[in-house]
Amino acid sequence: MMSWETVIGLEIHAQLATRSKIFSSAATAYGAAPNAQANLVDLGYPGVLPVLNREAVRMAVKFGLAIGAQISPRSIFARKNYFYPDLPKGYQISQYEKPVVEKGSMQILLEDGSVKVIGITRAHLEEDAGKSLHEDFQGASGIDLNRAGTPLLEIVSEPDMRSAKEAVAYLKKIHTLVRYLEICDGNMQEGSFRCDANVSVRPQGQEKFGTRCEIKNLNSFRYIEKAINYEVARQIEEIEAGRSIKQETRLFDPDKGETRSLRSKEEANDYRYFPDPDLLPVVIEKDFIEGVRGTLPELPDQKAGRYVEKFGLSAYDAGVLTASREMGDFYEAVLASLKSKNLEGNEKLAANWTMGELSAALNKDGVEITGTRIDAARLAGLLARIADKTISGKIAKEVFEAMWSDGVDADAIIEAKGLKVITDTGAIEKTIDEVMAANPKQLADYRSGKDKLFGFFVGQVMKVTGGKADPAQVNELLKKKLAG
Amino acid sequence: MTELHHLTLAELNEGLRARRFSSVELARHFLARIERLNPALNALITVTPEYALAAARRADELLASGEAGALAGLPLIHKDIFCTDGVLTTCGSRMLSNFVAPYDATIVEKLSQSGVVMLGKANMDEFAMGSSNETSFYGPVKNPWDLKKVPGGSSGGSAASVAARLAPVATATDTGGSIRQPAALTGLTGLKPTYGRVSRYGMIAFASSLDQAGTMTITAKDAAMVLRDMAGFDPRDSTSVDTPVPDYVAGLDRPLAGLKIGLLKEFFESGLEESTAKLIREALQVYERLGAKLIEVSLPNLPLSVPTYYVVAPAECSSNLSRFDGVRFGYRCENPQGLEDLYMRSRGEGFGAEVKRRIMTGTYVLSAGYYDAYYLRAQKVRRLITDDFARAFQQVDVLMGPTSPTPAFDIGAKVDDPITMYLNDIYTIGANLAGLPAMSIPCGTVGGLPVGLQIIGPHFAEAKLLNVAHGYQNETLWHRDIPKGYA
Repeated sequence: MMSWETVIGLEIHAQLATRSKIFSSAATAYGAAPNAQANLVDLGYPGVLPVLNREAVRMAVKFGLAIGAQISPRSIFARKNYFYPDLPKGYQISQYEKPVVEKGSMQILLEDGSVKVIGITRAHLEEDAGKSLHEDFQGASGIDLNRAGTPLLEIVSEPDMRSAKEAVAYLKKIHTLVRYLEICDGNMQEGSFRCDANVSVRPQGQEKFGTRCEIKNLNSFRYIEKAINYEVARQIEEIEAGRSIKQETRLFDPDKGETRSLRSKEEANDYRYFPDPDLLPVVIEKDFIEGVRGTLPELPDQKAGRYVEKFGLSAYDAGVLTASREMGDFYEAVLASLKSKNLEGNEKLAANWTMGELSAALNKDGVEITGTRIDAARLAGLLARIADKTISGKIAKEVFEAMWSDGVDADAIIEAKGLKVITDTGAIEKTIDEVMAANPKQLADYRSGKDKLFGFFVGQVMKVTGGKADPAQVNELLKKKLAG
Repeated sequence: MTELHHLTLAELNEGLRARRFSSVELARHFLARIERLNPALNALITVTPEYALAAARRADELLASGEAGALAGLPLIHKDIFCTDGVLTTCGSRMLSNFVAPYDATIVEKLSQSGVVMLGKANMDEFAMGSSNETSFYGPVKNPWDLKKVPGGSSGGSAASVAARLAPVATATDTGGSIRQPAALTGLTGLKPTYGRVSRYGMIAFASSLDQAGTMTITAKDAAMVLRDMAGFDPRDSTSVDTPVPDYVAGLDRPLAGLKIGLLKEFFESGLEESTAKLIREALQVYERLGAKLIEVSLPNLPLSVPTYYVVAPAECSSNLSRFDGVRFGYRCENPQGLEDLYMRSRGEGFGAEVKRRIMTGTYVLSAGYYDAYYLRAQKVRRLITDDFARAFQQVDVLMGPTSPTPAFDIGAKVDDPITMYLNDIYTIGANLAGLPAMSIPCGTVGGLPVGLQIIGPHFAEAKLLNVAHGYQNETLWHRDIPKGYA
């Protein structure tokens, strides 16, 4: 059996979060009535001209700086010519030979804990097309041009990924980054973050790439993994059956979980790219770049590094906590709140709870961290009670659940339900005496050398106190009392 | 007796301000001439009398109140390539034969603000592609000097209108000579400004890197008046240049002594008829008398301008005209059977032969495998031609030569021979490729047909060009000639 290596490159389209379109003043907000947000420029009317939205350039530069790329001092818009009803001008304004961003990279964390660098060939600005709607028009098609002219940043990777998992890891990192940078809302359902995958296979050890297929229509992390795995299996099967792979564009069908041929290389359009004579070259001055650099937030990888170094978190945990800007912000708000209670040094505790109980509850309710029912200050209120040993970790989970469902503060629940740890020596001693009195046989056995029964007594005391007795105190006092 | 239409724009302006006549009277006078004379000339596609009279009444009120703009009350015809809000805008094509523009082009808006009174929209070659105004869906325009002759193109309707004094001024556009060549063939002053001097917003694109709007007038002074209010940076056109607009009228009378005129050696070589050459030489003598020096200059790459142009312009047009697909506006075929049929028949029926020829040429030169050999090479030659001009302007102030190799030719004479037709633009194309301002002014007649002298200047030297043209017009009367039957 020959062993095969998968080669994947991704083309990601991130819709830039500008207020107006890339070449017109129409609004970009999602969900308006069809064609309500398409002005004469978007409609491609005779005589109209595009004017570049400076904000889109600023966002592209911001992205370029965040991936350590080169920002082209002079980049060119080109026309990509093809006919389609939702492409009003008969060409898409894009960048071809001289993109605004070139040669960057992104690190991903592999499952074995090692780090891999994925090259980013380029990122270029372009306008989105409109939408064709094929239902409800009695056999005709409807065209909605609200999306036409929305700015896109197309981020093209090197063919550096070797598995669907790596591709998803890379895609998630880019997804995280664009939201950190606040240049894209990352909404995959609305299509503001989507991707095409170039997939090929080659015999393990072979240098030359195999023939690739481009898979389109990948709009969720799950689909991407499924689509790539399906496509890899298909290509291996084809080759092992003695057939060759044809270079083509394939469409992923999420219902069937398979890819199918859309068009072959021969059927592909000749786009006849040429520089758009309506737009001047985009000249980006050093000052502009430095101005944008000044607006960069702490990037996900920098933040994760800080968590590892300063808080002693694992690389994995740091990655989870920095996967979205909101998650990191929440975590740090919890730390700040603990600090205000003079409870520093609980970074791991806070990480465990944020990633554990809180994330589980969010998932269960299907809400984002921004929609959490327990805010950072209230979670810190609970963690404070664990840290100062008012309650045990086990009790804390019970408190958390009550907080989540009733929206009450930890202290109120602890008070109302009497969940406070019993640290009163007298009370514990009294309980121990009762337990000893109730179990004379076990007491006699223990005293005659059956040490193992110590655990039995601890269990009994905890049972009687409803788990609230401080275990350390129980241990100490029991030893003394049992010894007689 | 002098009638209103014998007057230049500047003279009409004086008369209006002196209240010798009203704007409404002017509009009525020219509208009546249009009604009487246009049927034989076919110079206008649309006449807008109601629009004109309303604008004229407003202008009269403003003139009375003293708040009128510089061109208030003056009649004007717009080339039908400019979008005019609420008015049919055809670009000479069946494709837009039903297109009522929903907005005003920037120059239309600017000139309206200045108070001009639009009388109608001028016929033109379809999408400005042609040198004889024979490619218009609305039929050929006739030359008022001889109705059997072409008026030139593509701004043939603008030229015929002003030559026949249906209006004192018309707007026009020039992609490869489309203002200067018809100006020459109809005895007018045609000005193509520097690329970027006048906004292209609302001007239906033919070849975006070459298209430039300008004027068709009786005199250089008239052109100066109109350009002053047309020119300027437009935030809606990224290729318009943000440089101040000088007062072109103020500089008209500067003396020409010491002016260095470059004679384009290449222009006097191939294909120029001797009778035309003689008139050009005589015009140059006038300049010598005014104290100018003549210096022969050579632009070695200039003979490559026609082939270069016929790669660049069709390439851009093939892309610019893709938006005419029958989907959102303009002509749509009857009962389309699916998308491909809609595209093929709408475009097949909506475009004329010359437009299709250029779309095909342009599509070819941009295709994979041909791009480098044609488009890219043409762009390199374009750069060489631009450099040639720049070198010449280190030696001389302006360049002069003929505008067109021959006077107006017969309608139908070249229509089946595109190459011969394309060679008509041999003297004018260079200025477009280099983005330079250029003019054509009348300098005599051959067999009763006007001949034009071309003046080309460095970038943004419109004031100099107008000054040079005005100096000649102070010495000669060719520009005041009116074709027989139109006086």
